[in-house]
Amino acid sequence: MPIQVRIPAAISKGSHGSTTVEMKAANLSELLTALESMYPGVRKTICDDAGKLNRFINVFVNDEDIRFLGGEKCQFQDGDEVLLIPSIAGG
Amino acid sequence: MYPVSPRVVCDCLAPLEAAYDVDGWRKALSREVIARRAPTLWRYREMLPLDHEPVTSLNVGFTPLVKAQRLAAALGCKSLWIKNDAVNCPTLSFKDRVVAVAINKAKEFGMETIACASTGNLANAVAAHAAAAGLEAYVFIPDDLEEAKIYGSAVYGAHLVRIRGNYDAVNRLCTQIAGEYGWGFVNVNLRAFYCEGSKTLGFEVAEQLGWRIPPVVVVPIASGSLITRIGKAFSELAEAGLLEPTPFKLIGAQATGCSPISVAVKQGGTAIEPQRPSTIARSLAIGNPADGYYAAKAILDSGGTAGDVSDEEIREGMKLLAETEGIFGETAAGVTIAVARKLLREGKMNPDEETVLCVTGNGLKTLDALVGHLDIGVTIRPRLEEFEAQVLRTAGSPAIAAN
Repeated sequence: MPIQVRIPAAISKGSHGSTTVEMKAANLSELLTALESMYPGVRKTICDDAGKLNRFINVFVNDEDIRFLGGEKCQFQDGDEVLLIPSIAGG
Repeated sequence: MYPVSPRVVCDCLAPLEAAYDVDGWRKALSREVIARRAPTLWRYREMLPLDHEPVTSLNVGFTPLVKAQRLAAALGCKSLWIKNDAVNCPTLSFKDRVVAVAINKAKEFGMETIACASTGNLANAVAAHAAAAGLEAYVFIPDDLEEAKIYGSAVYGAHLVRIRGNYDAVNRLCTQIAGEYGWGFVNVNLRAFYCEGSKTLGFEVAEQLGWRIPPVVVVPIASGSLITRIGKAFSELAEAGLLEPTPFKLIGAQATGCSPISVAVKQGGTAIEPQRPSTIARSLAIGNPADGYYAAKAILDSGGTAGDVSDEEIREGMKLLAETEGIFGETAAGVTIAVARKLLREGKMNPDEETVLCVTGNGLKTLDALVGHLDIGVTIRPRLEEFEAQVLRTAGSPAIAAN
């Protein structure tokens, strides 16, 4: 299930802003696994001890907050654009 | 600990907090030193995250703390105060505070462009303060914002970017843009500094009460930053030795149409479920509040609570404030007043406890919320008989009865 994933510099540790990569993942759990293999240690940063996404990161699928799409139950479709963004901004 | 720089978040993605030399506060500050300074937020400058003296936005803050006796009588409470940031300078909202700090920090960083994601008041403030500082400004807003807030930003020459979507969509875009162009996004990569400006509202309330902490403060909530910083302000004043630490309760006020923090607090928790906002209180319409967890925690830790009110109750709150105290607050003020009234009626606030209500923006910016909901009088020809028939008789005036 190829999807486009945009990863913020805070996760990719890149010096030139966010990075977009193609990954194969059918849902959030598979996405986190794929991310961990690409950026070892990242799971520790963006997940809590129970393996759930922590409150400091938001996930959007085609511009919609994944929590409005069923959260962990959301099934990605071919070509979906998934965006990871630090949640501490705005207001 | 990170060096002072424009930065969005910690490596662990958590928010950044400014760290201070608290011993330095104790040496430099006393009530007398502060009293001798100009009546602006810069009288507390050592407690703000600037490395140098402020160079711009110099006349912000120290807004009135109004003893609200008529409103207190209407709400059935003993002692009530209004902190009136509806007359803050220059753009009539508490956002002048946060932008004053952020723009001076942007100057320290040598930035030439500042920007923001805004529900309106921040857009006004960024546009105005940038103009006065000679900086370029980009403001990103939802495309359905109140006209007064759109024109009240455009007039300063700021670049407006109207986004098709709600504030959360605007914020999402800005989080992606920040850091890409060397701009200072006041509420993204300058947020750690910007938020600290909110503390000055708490500093002022304490000083205006004669250097003491009010037992209860009711605060409207959007992102949750202001309410957490008011609590922080009271704690820091105690750390600085400027007042005695005494207990205080933080009360959060939201519109029912956008109440993620109120819902969490009423359930006794801090987990925030995002909402799709639908309320006339557009300045509070943040469905996924960045500081939601921290706001809920600050409220619960203080022993306070939260409430939310309907659009009709918000209008009633605006009218009640205007009719009793002569203060025209925006829809967010209506939220604050209406939530206080609701919690007092429900017995969730103690009417005998001295309470400060925070009015954070000016009603002239949200006139559209009142259109069709106020009696705007009659139109008559310039004739005495029409005045008597349509004005005095309708009003049951004793003057006409005597004739």
